[in-house]
Amino acid sequence: MSRLTGWRAPALSILLFLLFIGIWHAATLPTNARRTVDAEYAKLVGRAAATGQKSSFPTPADVGAKIWQHLREPFYDRGPNDKGVGIQLAYSLARVLTGYLLAALVAIPAGFLIGMSPTIHRALDPFIQVLKPISPLAWMPLALFTLKDSSISAVFVIFICSLWPMLINTAFGVTSVRREWLNVARTLEVGPLRTAFRVILPAAAPTIMTGMRISIGIAWLVIVAAEMLVGGTGIGYFVWNEWNNLSITNILTAILAIGLVGMLLDLVLALLTRLVTFPE
Amino acid sequence: MNKQLIKVEGIAKRYTGRDGTATTVFENIHLGIQLGEFVCLIGHSGCGKTTILNILAGLESASDGYVFVDGREIRGPSLDRAVIFQSHALMPWLTVIGNIAFAVASRWPEWDKATVRRHCQKYIDLVNLTGSEKKRPAELSGGMKQRVGIARALAIQPKMLLMDEPFSALDALTRGVLQEEVLKICAEMRQSVFMITHDVDEAILLADKIVLMTNGPGAKIAEVVVNTLPRSRTRHDMHRHPHYYRIRNYLIEFLVDRSRTFDQAAAEGNYDPRHPPVVTPGVHEESRAGNPSRAHPGAKPLVAVVH
Repeated sequence: MSRLTGWRAPALSILLFLLFIGIWHAATLPTNARRTVDAEYAKLVGRAAATGQKSSFPTPADVGAKIWQHLREPFYDRGPNDKGVGIQLAYSLARVLTGYLLAALVAIPAGFLIGMSPTIHRALDPFIQVLKPISPLAWMPLALFTLKDSSISAVFVIFICSLWPMLINTAFGVTSVRREWLNVARTLEVGPLRTAFRVILPAAAPTIMTGMRISIGIAWLVIVAAEMLVGGTGIGYFVWNEWNNLSITNILTAILAIGLVGMLLDLVLALLTRLVTFPE
Repeated sequence: MNKQLIKVEGIAKRYTGRDGTATTVFENIHLGIQLGEFVCLIGHSGCGKTTILNILAGLESASDGYVFVDGREIRGPSLDRAVIFQSHALMPWLTVIGNIAFAVASRWPEWDKATVRRHCQKYIDLVNLTGSEKKRPAELSGGMKQRVGIARALAIQPKMLLMDEPFSALDALTRGVLQEEVLKICAEMRQSVFMITHDVDEAILLADKIVLMTNGPGAKIAEVVVNTLPRSRTRHDMHRHPHYYRIRNYLIEFLVDRSRTFDQAAAEGNYDPRHPPVVTPGVHEESRAGNPSRAHPGAKPLVAVVH
């Protein structure tokens, strides 16, 4: 029985996937029924749509073929407007990781300070509360104006959006370190720096990592929108460029790739969180 | 043996509530602990036992009064006084040896890794945890965790060991085994210990002196009971000793009845908080002469049945 239940969930997943593909396939089947289409519209969109022989939305097979094509050659570079999905993802990842790591460098020490000093916490709290709800994209014009470089501006936007969850979680993790562990350190006359690194940091690490996991998720959400704005390179630009090319198959491929990379980033952070979490 | 290691002079703890009313948890606490002595503090919840221990540890400060260690007033926590916490307070990210090494390296920062290791191993062997050095606290049972806590405290070779109900979270069987081991270790090392408990048998087994506290608020030390059982006592044979039931009944009767009514009785007698009466109920009942609680009819101890 238990062996059977173990297979139920994956089986259901596969079934749902096949059902989804089936409905998609059925919905995009070529139809022979004559449609009454406006003559002007027919001229505009071409024969296929007007006669209704082929759906304008790609079929699963079309998308599958496109994905295969991208997989065979993910890193081609044929000029600024024609790069492989792999290259575009690499650009996006590079921006995300740069902004994210810079944010971690600022947020974790700052979160430590906020967590350890109630005065600093109260002093900085109004700023954090006002700055946190601002959509990271709202910073874009300001970044473009001051930094004068679209690529650096995108990194800055990632920096800003990754900052808050890490900062708040670090501060929370530091303030909620168990009193007893601090008391142990105190009775052993451990200095403040050694207490911070040997007691508070490992105790707060799971909470800090949770903040970092939230941040990487937000950063990956934001990078697509940011790249649509700044243009040039990246998976967000790719999506927008393919929209201008009206290549729905390419857009669908990119959407799938964005989802898979986002999942991988989350998995990596989940794994790191597990590494620093110790049950009591 | 007569050297006074710890001297507590008139400490008190007061809190001011949100509405501005001051509550006195305890006051006028005078207490001396001699070198090599095992002292237990017994009292009901809320009489401030843990606060007293924390003040001795330096983790909390008293609202009034002074505590001296070796003639010096204490100012904050010190490696002189090791604490064994009720909830063991082990760091879950460190292994058994890592937890102890953290303490040892704090005590002797100049030691190299191998020396720290050797020293830790000695104490791991002492508490019978040999073979579990590399385990993390989550892999240990409650009793084993507390053994690590004991090893960590003993490893820094403190002048004074402070224990806050160290065995209360353990099952009866484990508790008994650990109590005996602690008794043996402390006797061998001639370790001075101050321990909080609310287990009467634990106090009789371990302590040389049992300090009785009245109920809070405004708690004080009522009496100091001298344990007249021989130090070679064990869990298995101490109940056969004629003194055992006398002391036990005396303590239980105090906890059940007199801890509540002591203030009244003290007001009638000549109770002096600076020198709380020292009694030896184990020897014979007459030793309680001059005991202010005599005025209280319920104070008569049950006569022990000894076979």
